Formats: sequence, structure tokens, C-alpha cells
Amino acid sequence: MSRYLIPVMILGVLAIFFARGLTLNPGYVPSPLIGKEAPSFKLPQLKDPSLTLGSEDMLGRLSLLNVWATWCVGCRQEHQYLNEMAQNNTIPIYGLNWKDDRATAVNWLNTLGDPYIASAFDGDGRVAIDWGVYGAPETFLIGQDGSVIYKHIAPLTNEIWEMEFMPLIREHCQKFSCSYGDLE
Amino acid sequence: MTPELGQLSLILALCLATVQAILPLLGAAQGRADLMALARPAAVGQFVFVTAAFLILVQAFLVNDFSVLYVATNSNSALPAAYKVAAVWSAHEGSLLLWIAILSGWTFAVAAGSRHLPDVFASRVLGVLGIVSMGVMLFTLLTSNPFERLQPAAFEGNDLNPLLQDPALVMHPPILYAGYVGLAVPFGFAVAALLSAQLSQEWARWTRPWTVGAWVFLTIGIALGSWWAYYELGWGGWWFWDPVENASFMPWLAATALIHSLAVTERRGIFKSWTILLAITAFSLSLLGTFLVRSGILISVHAFASDPARGLFILVLLSVISGGALILYAMRAHRMDQDGGFQPLSRESFLLLNNILLIFAAGLILIGTLYPLFVDALGMGKLSVGPPYFNLVFLLPTLPLVFLMGVGMHSFWKTMPKSVLVNRLKIPIILALLFGVGLPLVVFGRATILTLVGCVAGMWVVVTAMLEPAQRLIRGEGSISKIRRSQWGMMVAHFGVGIFILGVTVTSSYSIETDQARAPGDSWELAGYQFVFRSTRDVMGPNYQAVEGEFEVRKGGRLLTVLTPQKRVYRVQQSPMTEAAIQSGLRQDIFIALGDSLGGGAWSLRVQYKPLIRFIWLGALIMAFGGILAISDTRYYRRQKQDQSQSPHDIDASVEKIV
Repeated sequence: MSRYLIPVMILGVLAIFFARGLTLNPGYVPSPLIGKEAPSFKLPQLKDPSLTLGSEDMLGRLSLLNVWATWCVGCRQEHQYLNEMAQNNTIPIYGLNWKDDRATAVNWLNTLGDPYIASAFDGDGRVAIDWGVYGAPETFLIGQDGSVIYKHIAPLTNEIWEMEFMPLIREHCQKFSCSYGDLE
Repeated sequence: MTPELGQLSLILALCLATVQAILPLLGAAQGRADLMALARPAAVGQFVFVTAAFLILVQAFLVNDFSVLYVATNSNSALPAAYKVAAVWSAHEGSLLLWIAILSGWTFAVAAGSRHLPDVFASRVLGVLGIVSMGVMLFTLLTSNPFERLQPAAFEGNDLNPLLQDPALVMHPPILYAGYVGLAVPFGFAVAALLSAQLSQEWARWTRPWTVGAWVFLTIGIALGSWWAYYELGWGGWWFWDPVENASFMPWLAATALIHSLAVTERRGIFKSWTILLAITAFSLSLLGTFLVRSGILISVHAFASDPARGLFILVLLSVISGGALILYAMRAHRMDQDGGFQPLSRESFLLLNNILLIFAAGLILIGTLYPLFVDALGMGKLSVGPPYFNLVFLLPTLPLVFLMGVGMHSFWKTMPKSVLVNRLKIPIILALLFGVGLPLVVFGRATILTLVGCVAGMWVVVTAMLEPAQRLIRGEGSISKIRRSQWGMMVAHFGVGIFILGVTVTSSYSIETDQARAPGDSWELAGYQFVFRSTRDVMGPNYQAVEGEFEVRKGGRLLTVLTPQKRVYRVQQSPMTEAAIQSGLRQDIFIALGDSLGGGAWSLRVQYKPLIRFIWLGALIMAFGGILAISDTRYYRRQKQDQSQSPHDIDASVEKIV
């Protein structure tokens, strides 16, 4: 009877893999940048092109780099939450306005509120390529040392912030003794 | 109110399916005729209520009832009526209802067409089908109710995905599902045989037409999907080894193996446990496909919206249905095997090799499809497996398979004298080599080794498939009219395989695919054809607007045709769609698709020359036609007694060795 058991055993092994697979997200591709220094950039700011925003401006504090665009539906979804975060001073948020029209983007911020300390204008998307952006919205968590701690794809929500970002922030700050008191 | 009636119908159908699942099986086990007699009425009742539920959903689409969430998400009042019907099965919930409707249709057919079977056996088959129905209906009602209301109702629907607004896609899902789901019937026959712990040669004869029927639908369904991908996705490819394509192809391979194994079991009474295992495997691969498509476990271009809860439900369903059958198999299969005895050179051997190679091919595709999942689940990183893997590994089993096919067709049962075989195949070998090597070199003037191998293989199958009738015609060795329908079916289906191989080989060897930037007024030449880009103009469709390019295609200065590919933007979803224009002929297709506007009136164009690409789908249709011929053979429908009255000696000797 033993050889007649082989098919059901194969099915069993497959079922275990499938059950495990249901908990995984095949669309999630981890960023190769994690743990490395963030790609440096320097771009004109969105609202005032005479000013620049670059990776150097983000050093010294934990911060977020949020990739957004007015054509992106997910960005509209998460915008309210970003506004709340900015109001509560949760964490400094920088924007990377990606492949967008400058006037439309400024208008969007004026209408919906501007949660960003500043947004860099990446009209041709070159900086986004360095950062490995393949969709919007994407949110990078940047350490005070300029390293990429985490990358989140899809709209940011409070749940994701608490479940995914906060544990990493605590861990990071234990290692590098940065303060995260005002983040809690 | 009407949508609620649909849901109520589905609940009633579930109740009847439960009756159909439990009582007849119980009756068969206890020998109670009263319980077994419930199987048919329950199956018919189930069919009636499922059909009602399905029609109610169709009606909701036709009258634009946007108070139904599923309708509001997948339809629009401007959508043409045919596409409103197609929208019923364009997303998860409705396509699941289609799945159920088709299963209940097959169940109805079994209930009606099983009068000649012993009652105990028919009750068990219907009982097993009832279990499958029950599982899928529970799944639908608990996780994916297509009748769910939207409060407040929407004024306008979100429209059908423009990619699916296509005639082939109206037909593709029902036909494909008819094949997929139809494999539940041989599955039911197999489990019923296991339950009764005996398997007669009649069993194989009963199972064959159902299996071939499901296989015919599966073949046509896959071919339609491939044809749609070719002209609608705008890339000019016809097969992409996408997980969802693989999900339909693996059951096809298993069903093909099953058809051949059933032939051995019917004629010789051997391979019994293997045949049973194949019947279980074929339907399990269908369920596996359903799981892969609907759980979001793999990345695919045509996966449905994913939901882990649904994935878990189907996984449990798959484990219960396939796992239950396989446990039963482990307990009972050893009682069925018996030695029939056959020589290494015999039709049995070739069919055994056919089965091994087909299952090997299905296994390699399964591994390639699931490999990203395995690696991810083991925490070993992320990767994807692409066409280079599949194209390579698929050749490993299929090349020997194709060459053995020609030999196997002309071998006798039990033992085949080598000299007779060689004598019989001498001329086909010469013809295949002559035409397989000669034609590509004469027509195209160049060929790689792989191209020649492919052409010889295709020619080999074409020639060997038609050898028998050709010999009868030419040499007068017996009359053509004496060839049985089932024998014709086998030969025609194999002929289709040969045509398919020729199409694949020539298309992949000699296609010319170019991307060009052109403006109106430009002219150029490709593969001996002259192209003139005349102009572009704006076109308004019922629910889209489009830019249409106009291209002259000339050969030797003579105008062949004017092609008008479109770039459409559908109003509701605002998604751009490429409608390729194709001048199709048996010998070649000329394919033009508009890419993007490059400014200044210029466009990026995809211009392709695809020789013999029609042979790919033509081959598949011929295969399916062969299947239909085989089913139409009267010997499957004769009563047992009559069949026994005909002694084997009555059968024409040459028919005996072929069938």
C-alpha cells in the first residue's frame, strides 16, 4: 500500500506550502536599499524652484520620504493620514513629487493640505529610478544617519505605521540611541 | 427583490446538493434503493435552481441593476449587451457562479446520461459530484456572494475591464470552465470505482466519452484564450507561460494522459490504478488552478482580486476533495492492479511512455509555476520563473513524446513484431524527413537545427496520423468507410497535434517582429511586403474613443489590404487599449499595432510578420474535432448485452490493432 500513499503525500506537502504562501505577499519586493545609505539627490523644490531639497537636508533626524503624484489614486487615499501625522508632529515628512505637473501638484497641496516639510520635484523621474521606485505611493523610512531603514509600498495607514514602522524605529533607535520619544 | 431571489435559489441549490451528496452515497453503501433513487431528482433540482440563480445575475447585468455591488463594479449602462453578459463572469464572484452553473450542467448531463449504468455506481458518481457542488456553493455563499447589495445604489457602473471587452473573451471563460469543471465527471467515476473497490473494463468505456468531452472543451478554451492574447494584448505573442495559463494547461496535459490511459484500461484491463490516479489528478489540477487564480498566491496578469480568506477556503476545499480521493486511492488502489502482460514493443508500452512523458511535462510546469512560491515560503528570497525555463523544459518530454506518438499509433496491442513496425513506418519516416527538412529550406532558405527538428516532428505526426486512411485509399487495403469513428477521432486529433507543432515551429523560427517609429506618409518594407502609413483619424466607439491608423499593405506593388489598428481609451476606466489590426491568412499573419504617439504625428508601431501562426489554433481546433469524432462513436452508447453479443472475431482485424 505504501507506493499508493505517495500521491496524497505530495498533495500534503503542496498544501503546507500553499498555506504558508497565503500569508506571504508575492507582489512585495524588498528594496535592496534597506540598511544602505540612501541614494543622494538634489532637486529643485516643488513650490519654489529656486530652493533645493536633497538627501543632505534629511540628515540628523529620523524622517520619511514619501513618493507621491497627483495622478496617483493611492496618494489621495493616504493624504489625509499624512496630514494628521504632520499636525501631530509624528515625524518629519519629505515629499518626492514624481513625474508630475508642477502647477497641478502645487494646486493639489493648496487644496488638500501640505504635510511635507518640503517636496522635491522629480519631473522626469530620474531620482525615483535611483531609489527603485516602481509605483506610487511609496514611503521610505530614513535614519538620522541617512540610511534606508524601511520601504513601504501602497498607501500609508495608521495601522501600517503602528505595525510596521514603529517596531523598526524602536529597534533602530536602541542601536543608534536616537530619540524617538516624540514619535510614540 | 430579484437579486435576493437569486441568492435564495443558490441556497436552495446548496440544500439539494447536500441531499445529492449524502443520501445516494449512504444508499449505495447500505444497498438501499430508496436513498439511491434520490440522486437523479436532487441533481435535476440543483440544476434548475443554479440555472435560475445564474439567469437572475445575467438579468441584473442586462437591466443595469447597480444596486448589486457586483454589477456596479463590473458593468456600465453604455456597455454593449453582449459584453454585459460576458461581464457576468468577468470577476471573481460571477465567474464562481459560472463554475457552479457549469458543474450543475455536467451533473445534469450525468444524471440524464447514466441510465445504462448500474444504480449503485450512478448513485456514487452523482454523490461525489454533489460533494464538489456543495463545497463550491458554500464557498460562494460564504465568501463571494455575487448578489450582495450596494447601499446606496450607484448611479452608474464602474464598467467592464476594457481588456475583456472582446468577442473571444465572451466565449473563452464558459468553454474553458466547461473543460476544467467537466473533469469532475471522470473524477466522480474514479472515486465511485474506488468506493466500490472494483473496476471493470466497462468502467473505462463509460468514462471515456465524458473525459474526451471535457478535454474537447478544455482544448478549445485554451486555444481561444491564446488567440485572444495574441490579438488583444498587442504584443503578438500567443503563449506567455503565465501562472494562469499554466493552471489551464496542466489539467489539459493530465486529461490527455488520462484519455490514453483509459484506452489501455478499456482494451486490455490493465493500468487500472494508474487511470484512477490520473482521473483524480486531472480534476485536482483544475482545483489547484482555481486556487492559484483566486488566492493571490502567485503574481499573474489575469489573477482575480486576491483575498487570503478566499484562498484559505479553496485550499481547504482542495485538501478535502483531492485529499479525500487520494486517501481512498491509497486504501483501495492495490486491489485493482493486475498484470495484463505485454511485450516491451507493443501499443501498451508506447501508451505507458506517453503517460509518463505527459505527466513529466505537467510536473515540470507545476514546479516552474510554484517555484517562486516555494522559494518565498522557505524564506530564500524572491524570484520569478520566465518563458526561457518553460520553453526549454517543455521540449524535454514533448520531443520524445511526439516521435513516439507516430510509432505508437501503428503498434499492435500486446506485442508488435519489429519487422512489421519498421515496414509500416518506412515511408512516413522518409516523407517526414524529406518535407520536414526540405520545406523550411526551400520556403525560407535557412533553418536552425531546432527548426528542422520541429518541422520533421510536425510532419512525422501529420504523416503517421493519416497513414491508415491513405494506405486504404492508395493501395485499396480495405475500405475507408470501415474505419470506426473513434479511430478517425484518434487520427484526426493526432493530425491536429502535427499541425500545431508545425505552426509553433515555423512561427517561432521565422517571425519578424519590429518596433518602428513612423509618421503618416512613410513607407517601408518588411518580409517582402510594402507598408504605407496613410493617415490617422479619430474614431468614436460606443464606450470609447480611439485614434485609428490606416496602413496599406502591398506585395509586389499590388494592394493586399488596408489595416486599421486602433489605440482606444475607454471612457469610464480611462485605460488605453491597443487594438491590433491583423491581415490573417493560412500562410501568414501581418500584424500592426499602434504604440504611443511620439508627437508631430509620428507613432511608435509594432509591425510583425508571423508565418503559419494560424496553424497553432487550427491545430488545436482539429484536435478538438478529433475528440468530438471519438465521442460520437456508437460503441460508447451500446447497452452492455449487445456489446457482449459481438465477439472480438467480428471486428475487422486492422481496426482491432488501431483502436
